[in-house]
Amino acid sequence: MSDTLKITDLHVAVEGKPILRGVNLTINRGETHALMGPNGSGKSTLGNAIMGHPGYEVTEGSIEINGEDILEWDASERARAGIFMAFQRPMSVPGVKMADFLRHAATNVRNPERKEGEDLISMREFRKELKEKMSQLRMDEEFARRYVNDGFSGGEMKRAEILQMAMLRPKFAILDETDSGLDVDAVKLASQSIAAISQETDGGAEMGILIITHHDKLLDHNAPDFTHVMLGGKIVETGGVELARELYTEGYDRIRAAYPEAAAAEAELAEEATTV
Amino acid sequence: MTVATDINGFTKADFESFLDSRSGEPNWLVETRRRAWSDFETFAWPARNDEEWMRTDIRMFHLDKFALPGEVSETPTLAPGLLTYDVELGGQLVGYNGAALHDSLADELASKGVLFGSLDRLITEHGDLLRPYFERRVVDPAKDKFAALHAACWSGGTLLYVPKGTALEQPLHAMSAIGDGGVDLSKTLVILEDGAEATVLTETASVTPDAKGLHCGSIELIVEPSAKLRYVNLQNWSTGVWHFAHQRATVDRNASLQWTIGALGSKLAKVNQQVALTGPDADAQVNGVMFTEGRQHLSYNTHQHHMAPYCRSDLLYKSALQDRSRTVWRGMIKVDVAAQRTDAYQRNDNLLLAPTARADSIPGLEIEADDVRCTHGSTSGRVDEQQVFYAMSRGYTRTEAIRLIVAGFFQQVFDRITIESVRNALGEAIARRVQDLDQQAAPQG
Repeated sequence: MSDTLKITDLHVAVEGKPILRGVNLTINRGETHALMGPNGSGKSTLGNAIMGHPGYEVTEGSIEINGEDILEWDASERARAGIFMAFQRPMSVPGVKMADFLRHAATNVRNPERKEGEDLISMREFRKELKEKMSQLRMDEEFARRYVNDGFSGGEMKRAEILQMAMLRPKFAILDETDSGLDVDAVKLASQSIAAISQETDGGAEMGILIITHHDKLLDHNAPDFTHVMLGGKIVETGGVELARELYTEGYDRIRAAYPEAAAAEAELAEEATTV
Repeated sequence: MTVATDINGFTKADFESFLDSRSGEPNWLVETRRRAWSDFETFAWPARNDEEWMRTDIRMFHLDKFALPGEVSETPTLAPGLLTYDVELGGQLVGYNGAALHDSLADELASKGVLFGSLDRLITEHGDLLRPYFERRVVDPAKDKFAALHAACWSGGTLLYVPKGTALEQPLHAMSAIGDGGVDLSKTLVILEDGAEATVLTETASVTPDAKGLHCGSIELIVEPSAKLRYVNLQNWSTGVWHFAHQRATVDRNASLQWTIGALGSKLAKVNQQVALTGPDADAQVNGVMFTEGRQHLSYNTHQHHMAPYCRSDLLYKSALQDRSRTVWRGMIKVDVAAQRTDAYQRNDNLLLAPTARADSIPGLEIEADDVRCTHGSTSGRVDEQQVFYAMSRGYTRTEAIRLIVAGFFQQVFDRITIESVRNALGEAIARRVQDLDQQAAPQG
């Protein structure tokens, strides 16, 4: 299958303040893209805008799946269309067990036409599948009975996000700093799991993955097909895996020097952020 | 000097004929009723500037729209209780408009000396046994005009008496219903003697969803040393019912009480709920769940009174509010000089599901001992939009996301309730309300 997520000239503002200033990015299923850039360059903003967070206002440009504009869709509709985001700081939902949360979520995502109130997927099959995935991620079974992200450690939250991705089998996954808060072994396990999940994805086709990071260990295990550098709200350079290696050994000095306009925008944003 | 004016339906003559109809009652009780009636006649209605009443407007309440309950002539069809599903009961009582329709108790329990059923009937049969408990005045009959009216004119009601050392495995259930325009002045009295154990499930209902009515009642729970009581009260009247109540428990040395309140119904509720820890090492847990809609007004004053050392009390009230409804919670932890090493906690969380709903949450501490641990907390807020987005990013619709968050909010109280049937019943009752939540419950933005 040749599903495509296409972002064209995307401008996004948060609380009226422009953050993204014309982003172009095309992700096909089966491709792994790394999105790198200094803090505040707009990486998470891009992820949230793709997922449909109401606080991120698209002022210009388009986001399309297979040519269909999804800007008017809410986050629920986007999730059902196969978009998933593993959040940097996922919300807790006290009083709601992981298993219950995921059963309803999986039901909706796997049956995009489901109406509210219709039956959920069978408890027995769901439990079996959840158990399997949890064991692959070396998560304790007790995890399923804990409340969603409530009192989770940083590492537990990240693993829980990967578990959700495994259960929801998205077409396109955005991983926002999924490696932060994990130790070296956990990063290795996470990246192997991501690769494995990608293979199993619905219909046998692999996921299109956007890995957002600025100091990535995840890439050691998940070599990107493309590396994009974001600066001042724009993707300024795209390369292969060697670009990712350059950036996390050498930093962004060369990039800033090569793209003075974006660097100026970055400085402007940083200044506004500190004066607020 | 004000001269009491007769209230239609509650005149002195009405009271006299009420007493005449209860000729089997012991004299000491009739005397108590007369004293309370005289208080009722002289007491003023609560003033608007009284701290306890300033948030609760009862100007629309007119006692003369009601009348002292007489004989129940009709036999209403009542829906089965919500708390009894799949539960094997040790005894059952159904009351209607302040009169018992029928009551029953397992023979095995009766043979152990347990008394359960209509307080009306049992006070005439066991007056001498019950008199000392009445005379403790667990609820003060002279507290206010409502308390006095209730003390003078209570009828029907529920009694559970469990003798020393007797543990009841099966819960007892009492359903108390009000007909349209009906009046229920019933009293609940639970007495667990030393080392006794029991679970009591009580609930209220109306015959139709919009039936009007008045309840002015009391609950007295006497938990003697080393006894263990689990008491559940699900208030599920229609939104046409006025609900005034004084409720108080005394928990003595080494005894424990788990008291769970579910408040879903009534037009206006003004409830005083007090727990007094009267002997060392007593333990009380209080759970409250409220879900309001329309123009409901539910006001709860809770009071945790530590009178003896080494006691624990732990109160958690949670409410979700829709439409133009309002809740008031005033909590007080009072620790007497003698109550050293007290461990007391109170918390109230409110979830506002509409911008027009309002929750007042007023915790309070009054501590006279110096070696205590008392903590309190209170939160009120809208559904967290970040949580909504998170659930939506997992495929939940906005409405489903809000329902999920509300259900989770209450789950934290349900986790404390150790009686499965109660947890399920309250959970389902809340779930039905939550199911009705639509987009308007928490409009975007």
